[in-house]
Parts: sequence; structure tokens; C-alpha cells
Amino acid sequence: MADFLLNALLAGLALALVAGPLGSFVVWRRMAYFGDTLSHAALLGVALGLMLDVSPTLAVTVGCVLLAVLLVTLQSRQPLASDTLLGILAHSTLSLGLVVLSFMQDVRIDLMGYLFGDLLAVGPGDLAWILGGSALVLVLLSLLWRPLLAITVHEELARVEGLPVAAIRLSLMLLIAVVIAVAMKIVGVLLITSLLIIPAAAAQRHARTPEQMALGASLLGIVAVCGGLSLSWFQDTPAGPSIVVSAASLFLLSFAWPRRTG
Amino acid sequence: MSDALIRLAGIGVSFRGQSVLQDVQLSVKPGEIVTLIGPNGAGKTTLVRAVLGLLKPDSGSVWRKPKLRIGYMPQKLHVDATLPLSVLRFLRLVPGVDRARAQAALAEVGAGQVLDSPLQSISGGELQRVLLARALLREPQLLVLDEPVQGVDVSGQAELYRLITQLRDRHGCGVLMVSHDLHLVMSTTDQVVCLNRHVCCSGHPEQVSGDPAFVELFGQDAKSLAIYHHRHDHEHDLHGAVVNEASAGLSIQGPVQPHVHGDGCKHG
Repeated sequence: MADFLLNALLAGLALALVAGPLGSFVVWRRMAYFGDTLSHAALLGVALGLMLDVSPTLAVTVGCVLLAVLLVTLQSRQPLASDTLLGILAHSTLSLGLVVLSFMQDVRIDLMGYLFGDLLAVGPGDLAWILGGSALVLVLLSLLWRPLLAITVHEELARVEGLPVAAIRLSLMLLIAVVIAVAMKIVGVLLITSLLIIPAAAAQRHARTPEQMALGASLLGIVAVCGGLSLSWFQDTPAGPSIVVSAASLFLLSFAWPRRTG
Repeated sequence: MSDALIRLAGIGVSFRGQSVLQDVQLSVKPGEIVTLIGPNGAGKTTLVRAVLGLLKPDSGSVWRKPKLRIGYMPQKLHVDATLPLSVLRFLRLVPGVDRARAQAALAEVGAGQVLDSPLQSISGGELQRVLLARALLREPQLLVLDEPVQGVDVSGQAELYRLITQLRDRHGCGVLMVSHDLHLVMSTTDQVVCLNRHVCCSGHPEQVSGDPAFVELFGQDAKSLAIYHHRHDHEHDLHGAVVNEASAGLSIQGPVQPHVHGDGCKHG
């Protein structure tokens, strides 16, 4: 197998594995739009990273984390609904990113690559980032699993029972920020959320426990990555969108499967 | 008062300049059932949130017994339909709970049959019992129940109130409970606190003799369902002003509240 294909496959599988459980929380907590906002803002992170001459992955991670903190602060300080606020931040940060990039005439970047991913261009350095980031997120998620479920079910009940709810909620946002930074290389900023929510939504119909849904989402994500890469390899389609298309097909197929009863 | 589980003094809370609670006193002792009653918007839930530490009052002090274990039963529970969660898993979100303990707690509240059901599929009455079971699994010294009979039919309400009394007897915990129903207050409540932004009155409800019509209608439930006989020493009109005098059967706490009381008020 060609090296670049192996790299692409490993990167995609790592992301699918971690997107399963994390995406389940995004679905349960209705954070899809939140994920979308962070990923749109990732392009601004890339632009600032290039401007300040630091690694784009690092810049995106830091940028997403800052935006997550800003969002939480804004939500508690003013009366606009969350979705309004997210809509404002998503598109203004994306636009700001594009504007900043246009000022940097001397830097040639592959804009399409950032918007829609460039999985087949994942190099050994990128792969190390992706594998390391995914492993870190998986470990933290498994440690925080029960508290995360508890605050998802009822935040105030969790708080009365002694859980540090604000810290746990912030950790979840940070984990999402890290995964977005990791996933940007794979499917691009415009498609990241789909990789979080489509496999989780597809697994939901047939899961009876939170863990089944998380694991099912990981497995479906892996199938989607393999399917999308094959399509890309044999038909010369763009890799990121191909993965999303194959995930969406799996979601549709999940309806054909009879739901277990009893 | 040193044996109290919680003691709140001079609690004042306002939202956006609007006063919600003024100079409220409240304490709960072990083994004591305290019921908060009052109309909608009286600040009952706000006071409960202050007790739980979910809200920091603008004035006054909240004292909790050190290391106080609180079992809290929220007013409602909404779990997203996409989260596949059985009742067992819901109860096991409390650390250290295994299947046997969860089953025992459910059996104690009379909902043993729903252990493996999805949380979203059980009835309103069953959900209230499951929430109560979860509060019990914390082995609480203080049970805080925010409208525990909400969404339960009348005979179920009587049964739930009886159950709460039994639980208090068995576990010896203090109970702080919210109700907005003036007519269905348990005869077993030790103390009733009538709240309308301030403590209108508080004290022991009269021992209620069963109204014959009630006994006939509810049989053995009548004792739990007795009409609450306490008399206000004053009435509020639509504007909140005090309109008439009546005999004072209950002690009055707190100083005069300038916002509502007119000539008829006996608050000193």
C-alpha cells in the first residue's frame, strides 16, 4: 500500500474512534451547532497561526479553546439565545479568517484543503499529532465518562451531588476543540461536525446503553472512513467529502435495519 | 438550634432588581418534615435553590451542617430522547451503586418493576419514584423535594406523601419539601412555612380531624389527604395588600415587610 494511503487510513481511523463517544455527547447535549461554530473558527486559527508563524494545529487548538471560553462567558452575560450567538460567532470568525488570509499575499496556502480537508496529504508529522491528540482525548473521555453522563442527565442534580459541573462542561468543550483541530486536516473545517454527529445519530437507533451508542458510533465511523477512502482511491473523488457521504449513507441505512424491540 | 441540619437567616434574593425573597428564615432538623407552601411566584423554588447551594442569596446567611449529605429530587427531569439510558443506569450515576442497591432503593419507593426500563418510557408517577430512589441512594441526612407529587394523580399524590413520611421514619432524615397545594398538605408535616416572597407565617399545622366526606372518598388515604386547617392571620388581596384580620394561630417570623402589608397586618 502506498505510504500516503496508509497515513490517511490511520489518521481517519483514529479520528473515527474518538469521534464516536465525543459525537454521542454532542448529540445528547444538542451541541451540534456549537461544534460547527468551533470548526468555522478553526480557519481563523489557521490564519493567525500563519501570521504568528506557529504550527496551525497548535494555533487552531488554542483558538478553539479561547472561543469556547468566550462563548460560555457570553452565554451567561447577555440575553441573546445560544443559537443566535453561535450563528454570529461561526460566520464572523470564518469570514475574519478568510479576510486575514487574503492580506497574506506572500503566503500560499491551500484554502480548499483547510475548508474540505486534505486527507491524502497527511504526512508523518501530521499523523503523530492526530494519533497523539486522539489518544489523549480518548483517555480523558473515559476518565470523565460518568461525570459527563451525570451532567448530561441533570446538571443541577449533579451539582447537588457534589460534581464540579462547570469544570466538567468546560472539559467537554476543550475535548471538542482538540478533536476539531485534529479533524481539520482530515475533513476540513466545513465538514468536521458531520463526522461527530452522523455516526452517533446512526448508532442511536439501535443502542440500548450510552456505551453501546458510543461504540457503535466509533464502528460506523470506521466503516465510513474505509468506505470514503476507497471511493476516493478508485473514483478519484475528494477524500473528506467522500467520507461524509459514506457516513450519511450509513445513517440512511440505519433506518432500513429493524429497530430492536423489548 | 445547634442540632439543625440547615439554617437560613435573613435571606434576600432579587432578579434584575425585582425582589423575589426578603428576609426569609428557615431551618430543618433531623427527622423533621418542613413543607414550603405558597402561590406561584412566591419564591419557593428560589429558596430551595438557596438551600441546595445552587444560588447565592444577595443577603443573609446559609448555614449547612458540615459534610451534610443532601438527597435532591428535582421538579422535573428531561433527558434527551437520543440518550439510551435505563432506570438502572440512571441510578448508577450515583457513585458506588450496584444493581442490588439500585433494586433495593426502587423497591423501597414501590417502583421495583421499572429497573430495566428505558428512563424515557416510564410514567410520570414512576419517574417521581425513581427520582426519589436516586435521592435515597445518597443516604441523605436531608431530603429536598421540589414539588414531589407534580404530575401524579390525586390518589397517587396521597400515596407519595405517605411514602415520604415512611422514608423519614425509616431513615431519620430531615425533609424539606415544596408544595403549592394549600388543600393537600400532609397531617404529618411537622412544620409548614407559608411563603409569599417573605415568610407569611410558619408553625405546626393543626392536628387535622378527618372530614367525614374525605374519609368516605379516600378511605385510609384521608389521614394523609386531610384539609389543611391553618389560618392566616391576614389575607392578601389581588395587589398583595393585607385585607382583613383573623385570629393568629401561627407564629409570625421576620419584621414587617414594607411591600405588601396594609392596615390589617398584625406583623408588629
